[in-house]
Amino acid sequence: MQTRSQSGIDESKSEAMLRFLVRRLLFAVLLVIAVSSGALLLTRVAPGDVTANLGAFAPPDEVARTRARFDLDRSPVAQWGGWALRASRFDFGDSFLYNRPVGALIRSAAVNTAILAVAALALATLVGIPLGILTGSRSGVLPAAVRGVSLVCLSVPPLLTSLFLVFLASRTGWLPPGGMTSVDAIDASWSAWMLDVARHLPLPALALALPLAATFERLQAQAMSETIQQPFVVAAMARGVGWRQLLVDHAWRASLRSMCAIYGLAIGALLSGSFIVEYVTAWPGLGRLMYEALRARDIYLIAGCAAMGGVFLAFGSVIADLLLFAADPRVREGHAA
Amino acid sequence: MKRAGRGLLVAIVLIAVAAPWLAPNPPDRQFTTYLYAPPTRVHVEAAQGTYFHPLRVVSRLERRFEEERDRHVRLVWFDGRLVASADGNDPLLLLGADSYGRDIFSRLLYGARTSLGLAVLATLAAMIIGACVGGLAGYAGGLVDETLSRLSDFVLVLPAIYVVLALRSVMPLVLSPRDVFLLLVGIFGLIGWPIVARGVRGIVASEREREYIAAGRALGASPVRLLAVHLLPATRGYLATQATLLLPAFILAEATLSYVGLGFPDAVPTWGTMLHDASNVALLGDAPWTLAPAAAIFVVVLAVNLVVQGSGESPLLR
Repeated sequence: MQTRSQSGIDESKSEAMLRFLVRRLLFAVLLVIAVSSGALLLTRVAPGDVTANLGAFAPPDEVARTRARFDLDRSPVAQWGGWALRASRFDFGDSFLYNRPVGALIRSAAVNTAILAVAALALATLVGIPLGILTGSRSGVLPAAVRGVSLVCLSVPPLLTSLFLVFLASRTGWLPPGGMTSVDAIDASWSAWMLDVARHLPLPALALALPLAATFERLQAQAMSETIQQPFVVAAMARGVGWRQLLVDHAWRASLRSMCAIYGLAIGALLSGSFIVEYVTAWPGLGRLMYEALRARDIYLIAGCAAMGGVFLAFGSVIADLLLFAADPRVREGHAA
Repeated sequence: MKRAGRGLLVAIVLIAVAAPWLAPNPPDRQFTTYLYAPPTRVHVEAAQGTYFHPLRVVSRLERRFEEERDRHVRLVWFDGRLVASADGNDPLLLLGADSYGRDIFSRLLYGARTSLGLAVLATLAAMIIGACVGGLAGYAGGLVDETLSRLSDFVLVLPAIYVVLALRSVMPLVLSPRDVFLLLVGIFGLIGWPIVARGVRGIVASEREREYIAAGRALGASPVRLLAVHLLPATRGYLATQATLLLPAFILAEATLSYVGLGFPDAVPTWGTMLHDASNVALLGDAPWTLAPAAAIFVVVLAVNLVVQGSGESPLLR
């Protein structure tokens, strides 16, 4: 993409972009606040609380102490108020389950989920998009085969891919079937740890990426075949533009607009899918943490996980918007939002 | 492609309906000497008809079995069931047995009833809520439209499985199967409606500008009548597409919930509880037949994808 000169017209354009971004960021902040507050209040007003973990025979004063520690003796609104005030200073309370501050727990889990999600997204993009360009622009045996494989992959959601890959791994021993690191790697050096994670990553990443790659392939193929029929592509062909350049520089660039919208949705799909993949393959990410927190009614950990999930979602939609800006000059110049 | 997908779906529904007749064993019968037994190998011979050799457990620890070559157990056809073992103590296990020695094939058939029934009811619930909300928003316009659209946009943004998890886990963990069924129908309906509502709203909002609605209004038709008799029928095609997309999503949601232990109790055969049985990684490698429900889910999703792809609709990221 060319850089733009600082002329008067461009300034109003960049101003429009800035306004747009500010609006999206505002939405993002609202999303995070709404999701985490919703999770907190839902956990609070539902029957049962974290003291159930103390067992049936816990002395009443210990139950009362635990309630007080997690502000469960205050009204839901007062609890929410106190939590929100502290959260605005990045103090998200303590986890009952781990007896540690929620912030630290969330941070490491979020990093693990991000590693998994980014790896899966990169894999799905690198496989799905080129294949989609191929099947969307050509007919023949190879594209038909790709289409068939992708239809099959589309029908195996992450729950099934992860189960199947775990089965395959435990049968063949090619890859470790679960976990993020092996036991030896806990005390190992930084580089050894990285290598160990790299050995554990392919299985969950592949489980998450397979259906996503198939989705990308199908949607890219659809966008491609629609773009190719447009007059400007025919015009470029008539001017004698080469086939490869025609496909990549003209048709693909124009088809990117609809793909960018898909990427915004893909973040949600990645988060949803990563829950079950993390669960099946014992990847210590946000989904697993959220699940454990929900089961134990660990109220501040639930709220923290929800907030982090909201951050991921908002981040994804902002990235998708930026991609849209980069890909489509019409959006950049404020003709269409 | 579309026809193949439709045929597959119809076949699956028929199988679910006919489960009591098709299943060789009761779904909850435990064959105590058949824990993790492999699928039965059926022999067909002109002289003896169809028969199999019963299994004898060699090592319970290693889950090793041996065919008793000298014993022949005949298969009885069309005697109340399609096919069953002649001897009640030597079961016909077409897809092997699970961790309690129950027949996976029979449980798969019975599980189809719960899993599909739940998904169908939840789809209906989501469509009804979505059609009502979307119809109201599209017809009323203005502030009502704005509020309802914002609400459905917000629910759409959330990763559905987390909302389902959160809603399920704030409810009591131990419930009767019937209560779990109703609860899940409710939760899935609550999660599924926005996507329906958004499309219905768009169609209703554009349809209501058409002449026939103006004519209906001039003739004195009430808004409810206009919506129910004239506007919502216009969304039929859209609703049909959405139904085919929601159905597999709900089957999968049930499977996911039951897999992580928040769905049906283990005794109820559903595809999710059966997958839960396959969650022991160490055993999975030795007993691949426990993955049979995964194959069943795959077939349903594939059938739906064949139908949807054939009609040119883009699949949704869910």
